[in-house]
Amino acid sequence: MYRQMLRIRLVEERIGVLYAEQEMRCPTHLCIGQEAPPAGISAHLRRDDLVFSGHRSHGHYLAKGGDLKGMLAELYGRETGCAAGKGGSQHLIDLDCGFMGSAPILASTISVGVGAAWAARMDGRDQVVVVYFGDGATEEGTFHEALNFAGTFKLAVVFVCENNLYSVHSALDIRQPNRPIHSLAAAHGMIGLHGDGNDADVVWRLGGEAVARARAGEGPSIVELATYRWREHCGPNGDLELKYRSDAEFAEWQGRDPVRIYRDRLVGEGLLTAAADATMTAEIETEMADAVSFAKESPFPAPEALARFVYPS
Amino acid sequence: MSRQLRYFEALREAQAQLLATDPHTYLIGLGVPGPTGIFGTTKGLQEEFGAHRVFDMPSSENAMTGVALGTAVMGKRPIIVHMRVDFAVLSMEPLVNQAAKWHYMYGGKLKAPLTVRMIIGRGWGQGPQHSQSLQAWFGHVPGLKVVMPTTPHDAKGMLIAASRDDAPVIVLEHRWLYNIAGPVPEEPYEVPLDKAAIVRPGRDVTLAATSYMTLESLKAADMLAGLGISAEVVDLRSVSPIDIATLVQSVGRTRHFIVSDTGQESYGVGAEVLAAVSEKAFGSLAAAPIRIGLPHIPTPTTPALADLYYPLARDIARAALKTLGSNRALPPDDSDPRKWKDVPDPSFTGPY
Ligand SMILES: Cc1ncc(C[n+]2csc(CCOP(=O)(O)OP(=O)(O)O)c2C)c(N)n1
Ligand SMILES: [Mg+2]
Repeated sequence: MYRQMLRIRLVEERIGVLYAEQEMRCPTHLCIGQEAPPAGISAHLRRDDLVFSGHRSHGHYLAKGGDLKGMLAELYGRETGCAAGKGGSQHLIDLDCGFMGSAPILASTISVGVGAAWAARMDGRDQVVVVYFGDGATEEGTFHEALNFAGTFKLAVVFVCENNLYSVHSALDIRQPNRPIHSLAAAHGMIGLHGDGNDADVVWRLGGEAVARARAGEGPSIVELATYRWREHCGPNGDLELKYRSDAEFAEWQGRDPVRIYRDRLVGEGLLTAAADATMTAEIETEMADAVSFAKESPFPAPEALARFVYPS
Repeated sequence: MSRQLRYFEALREAQAQLLATDPHTYLIGLGVPGPTGIFGTTKGLQEEFGAHRVFDMPSSENAMTGVALGTAVMGKRPIIVHMRVDFAVLSMEPLVNQAAKWHYMYGGKLKAPLTVRMIIGRGWGQGPQHSQSLQAWFGHVPGLKVVMPTTPHDAKGMLIAASRDDAPVIVLEHRWLYNIAGPVPEEPYEVPLDKAAIVRPGRDVTLAATSYMTLESLKAADMLAGLGISAEVVDLRSVSPIDIATLVQSVGRTRHFIVSDTGQESYGVGAEVLAAVSEKAFGSLAAAPIRIGLPHIPTPTTPALADLYYPLARDIARAALKTLGSNRALPPDDSDPRKWKDVPDPSFTGPY
């Protein structure tokens, strides 16, 4: 889990630096500060389990085992990208590892994920489907409609809500009543779990419970994880100058850095040494450097690619 | 010189004046009171007019459009804003089944004076779900009025007219127009919701266009002028209804017709315009008219393909030469400073 979080953090930071070169020309939503949920949830998933996500999906993709080269090439708009350059950061996919797709229209992939779980049921497979989304997505009608159906059919879905308190610049309390998002689970006949989304062990425990229930045919759950976005909503920079969130709030959450918390815990328990940490970082750095050069050296799609894939041939 | 405002400033001024002059007007949308204020168009309006007139919104496009309709039938004049047309797709039910029909299907007893602003995205890899230009969908629905102002002047005047109109009006704003400045009178004024404008008179060929494609058509007219061809450029301004009379008159003079739209070419506004012009002015046409729009392909994200996807001024000029039966070639153009054409100008660095 630590390695996953560290890898997500380093990749996102690298993208943040490279984005300024203006060669990644697509809207990019970084998940720095939100690394624990994908790491803790994916730790319970088999390779054939399925994941769906929204606009802020890099961490979900990477933690499920998504190919880094394919992801970076996609951000660079290259032919070798995981979506052949057609999708960009907002439309990642890696079928080899069960990452079924991300799409930025809020809440849209939630019902699609429910459908995937229904198909697994139809075919008698014990696959679990995880759908990630933010607090904002729970305001869409389709979220509630999809939960209603999943609850009725007791489908094997884990609905992971990464509640980072904001939808772009709009705070949660002006958008939703004062009730926890996980309490909506009861309304749709499922279990609602919640906890500190910046503590990988907490995420791991909650994710384990939800995935086990789903696998055992006991039905879906909502797992609401409290977390916080460090960068601007979309793009590589900070955004404290916009003042929609206070410096104090930001500082408090920076004090709860999920990567540092987990590193300190592992070191404290003697499970991680400084040397092992450095080796891990160096390995990830090498992997990233390879992936960035792969992406930058890959060709752009040829003009004929424009009309390809409108319909299956 | 008359006062100049940029497009986004003109929209902001229109809303400020509507809020100031009509107590029933209110403004709502996700991010409307936020620090960036829908690309500047709503910035500071909540501070100025209060939290009881200017509202943020949950991301509930479907229900909130119904909610706005409910307030509208009660006498309010909501202006609801969507940062992208693609997000407004979630509100098709209340717009198409409900708002468009409430006046008609209740025998004229209710009115739905709802204004819906939607921004058309383009460029910087916004791709398949952030750059759709769906005016034809709305134009297809009886009961909705659909406008696409191009200039800051029309943006202000048409938004004011839309809000004061008793029918539901969809106002489609192209993101690439936002930073362009033009003359805008200070006082509130209305620009009719059903009239095209001849923005450049000419004799040899009519280049009709919607929204941003009007600017490409003006560039095309410059290119054609270099070849001694005089093009008339008509900004449609309204997509429903279409001002056929102005088009028929123009074709009556030029006898050649091209229409360019920001949306898909097939089943699009261009198709509707060509059908109407062919029906009403067939005798004036000296050659087959041509429509220009997006191919029947979703928007690709990579700039390598997006650059091939969007038609440009040269494509319009080439179409004009074709309908004129001219085999003259356009001189090469290397004046474009953009490496990729996925930005309106080099100062734009994304993402939205
Ligand atoms: C239907 C729809 N409405 C609006 C948007 C614009 N939008 C993109 S991301 C976003 C914020 C969503 O917030 P949340 O779900 O909490 O995710 P976060 O960005 O915080 O991770 C919004 C409103 C959209 N993409 N789709
Ligand atoms: Mg959020």
